[in-house]
Amino acid sequence: MTRKQKKNLIRILLAGVLLVAASLIPREVFLQPTWMIQFVDPGQSSALPPQWVQTGGTIYSFPRLFLFLIPYALVGWDVLWKALRNIKNGQVFDENFLMSVATVGAMAMGEYAEGVAVMLFYQVGELFQSVAVHRSRRSIAQLMDIRPDSANVERAGEICEVDPEQVAVGETIVVKPGERVPLDGKVLEGSSALNTAALTGESLPRDVGPGEEVISGCVNLSGVLRVEVTKPYGQSTVARILDLVENSSEKKAKAEHFITRFARYYTPIVVFAALALAVVPSLVDGQWGVWVPRALNFLVVSCPCALVISIPLSFFGGLGGASRRGVLVKGSNYLEALACASVVVFDKTGTLTRGEFSVTQVKTLAGTEEELLETAALAEQFSTHPIARAILMAWGKEPSRDRVEDVEELAGHGVQAKVDGQEVLAGSRKLLEEHKISLPDAEEELPGTAVHVAAEGKYLGYLLVADQVKEGAAQALRDLKKAGVRQCVMLTGDSESAAQAVAGVLDIDQVYARLLPGDKVEKVEQLLGQKQPGEKLVFVGDGINDAPVLTRADIGVAMGALGSDAAIEAADVVLMDDDLNKLSVAVAIARKTMTIVKENTIFAIGVKFLVLGLSAAGFANMWAAVFADVGVSVLAILNASRMIGGK
Amino acid sequence: MKKTYKMEDLDCANCAAKMEAAIRKIDGVTGASVSFMAQKVTIEGDDERFEEILKEAVKVCKKVEPDCRILIK
Repeated sequence: MTRKQKKNLIRILLAGVLLVAASLIPREVFLQPTWMIQFVDPGQSSALPPQWVQTGGTIYSFPRLFLFLIPYALVGWDVLWKALRNIKNGQVFDENFLMSVATVGAMAMGEYAEGVAVMLFYQVGELFQSVAVHRSRRSIAQLMDIRPDSANVERAGEICEVDPEQVAVGETIVVKPGERVPLDGKVLEGSSALNTAALTGESLPRDVGPGEEVISGCVNLSGVLRVEVTKPYGQSTVARILDLVENSSEKKAKAEHFITRFARYYTPIVVFAALALAVVPSLVDGQWGVWVPRALNFLVVSCPCALVISIPLSFFGGLGGASRRGVLVKGSNYLEALACASVVVFDKTGTLTRGEFSVTQVKTLAGTEEELLETAALAEQFSTHPIARAILMAWGKEPSRDRVEDVEELAGHGVQAKVDGQEVLAGSRKLLEEHKISLPDAEEELPGTAVHVAAEGKYLGYLLVADQVKEGAAQALRDLKKAGVRQCVMLTGDSESAAQAVAGVLDIDQVYARLLPGDKVEKVEQLLGQKQPGEKLVFVGDGINDAPVLTRADIGVAMGALGSDAAIEAADVVLMDDDLNKLSVAVAIARKTMTIVKENTIFAIGVKFLVLGLSAAGFANMWAAVFADVGVSVLAILNASRMIGGK
Repeated sequence: MKKTYKMEDLDCANCAAKMEAAIRKIDGVTGASVSFMAQKVTIEGDDERFEEILKEAVKVCKKVEPDCRILIK
C-alpha cells in the first residue's frame, strides 16, 4: 500500500468506529424538544414532544446530526471537495458529485446512518480499487523486470561499471554468473548457460560458447562471458521488448471502447431518470418522502466505475500473463481478436518444421542400414551442403579422411568418391542413371529429398532427407483445435510431397504447396474472404520474408523472435521462442481474458439495472444501491485479478 | 508526431476515458490514448503544432482530474 492508501485506510477505520458509536446511542437520547424541528406530513398531527416518537414526518435532531457529521466529514470531505471543484471545471456527472448528492440527500431525509455508511463504503471500494490496481501494476512491472541496471565494460584494460546506454557498439563487456546480459552481442570468450525464462517463459537454459550470439535480458548462470556488443542499448532485445510491453495497453480493444462509450451515456441518463423519479410521481401523489430516497438510490447506482475499471484491468492482466509465458501481444485489440481465432495459417518451414534437414528414412536393398549410412557419410564428408551435413549427423561418428579418396562433388547432383577402395556414388536418381546403374522404379513421390547410393555399380538403397516436424507441433495443433480453432492451413514453397509429408503427421486441414512469397499473400487474402463474420484469421510465420503476410492477416504471429528485429516489428503477436505450444497458450489466455471481460460486463450492467428497477419499485434500499456500486466494483476487480494471479 | 508521456496520480478509470475523449477533440490531434493501467498518455498530432497541443492536453486533463499530472520531460 502506498502512503496515501494507508492514510485512507486509517480514515475509513476511524470513521467506521465513530459511525458505529453514533448508531449505538439510542435516538431517544436526542429527542429533546428544544433540539429539533419536526416536519410533519399533511394530515398528521404533531406527535411531539409528549410521545417522542417519529410518526412518518422527518425529524431533524441537530445534536444527532452533528454526531453523524463527524464521521461523515472525516471520510467524505475530499469527495465533497472534489465534487465542488469539478463542477467549477464543468465536470458535472462525475462520481464525486453523485456520491455527494446521494449522501447529502440521505442526510436531508433524516437517514443519517445511511448517509455516512454509503460514503464510508464508497471510500472502502475506492481504496480497494486503488490497492488492486496498484498491485496488478506492480506484479506486471516485476514480470517485465528485465531491464539491466548496469554493464561491465572493458575500457583501457580496466573493467568499469556504466549505464548500458553508454556502451558503444564494438566495445567488450564482461558478464559474470548471476548477472543479466545487459546488451546484445557475440561471445568472444568463455562459455556458459543462459536462463532465458524472463524473455521466453522457457525454463530450459540455453548453452552459449565463443562466436555465438547472446541476447540481452537473459541471466548468465554458470561461466564468465566476454561479449562484443553488436547493438546499442536502444536497439537491443531488452529495450525493444520493454517498449512493446509498455505500449501494449495503448491499442484498446473493442470491449474497452464499448464500456467507455456506455459509461458516457449511462451516467447522465440515470441521473436524469433519478431527477424524474424524484419529481414526477411526487407531484402526482405528494409523497416526496417515498420518491426522493428512491431517486437517491439511482444516483448511487449511476457511478460507472465498476465497469470502467474492471475491463482494462482484465486486459492488462491478460497481456501481463501472456508476456510472462513468453508471448508478447502488442495490444488489447489483438488479445480480443486472438480469442476469436478460427482459421490458423502456418508457414511450413521454420514454423511447423525446424528448418533443418535430417535423415528421416533409410531404405536398403543390400547390406544394413548402418552400412548404407556409413558409406554415404564417408562419401559426403567434405561437402558443406545441408543434406550432406544431415547425413553425417545421422551417422553420428567422426568420419575418417583416410578411407576416402578422389572425391568429386557434382553440384546439384551429389558426390562421387572412392570409399575403402570402392567406387561410390551418392546423389540424385539422375546421377546414378547417368552412370548406368539400374534403380528400382520410383515408388510414389517421396516426402523429401532422396539420396541414392551405389557402390561398384550396384545400387545399395537410398536415404531420405527431409525437414523435420517440430517436436510438440502435433500436440500444439491438437490444443489449438481443442481451443476452438476450426481450420489449420499450411502454406509452403516446397513440393507437394514434402508438404503432404508434414501435413500427414500433423492435423492440417488444407495444404497449399509450391507457393512463391507473393502467392502466400494471395492465398491468405482468399482465406480471409472465405471465413465467416466474427472469425479471425491468424498467420503464423518465423518473421523472415513473410512480413507482408503477417500484416495482411487479422493477427500476424511471429515465432522464434528472440533476436529477430524484423519479426518483432511486423507481427501483432510475438512468440519469443520457436515453441508452437505458445500459440495455443496465447489463444487460451485470450479466451480466458475475454470470458472475464464478458462476465464482468454482464454482471456489472445486470446488477446495476436490477437494482435500478428494484429501487424504482421501492424494493431496494440504499444498502442494495451501495452494493450495486462498490460491491460490484470489488467483485469485478477480484474477477479480473484472476488473470494476473493465475497461470 | 506521436509521443507518450507518463502520468501521475491518475486515480480513476472513468477519468482516463474522459481525458482521452477530451484530448481527441483538441484541434490538430489525430489520435490519443490514455491508459489507466499503464498510467500513460499517447498523443498523436501535427508536428508544427505539437507544443500547443501538448499544452492544451495538459489543460484539459487538469480539468477532468486536477490531481493528475502529465510528466513532461
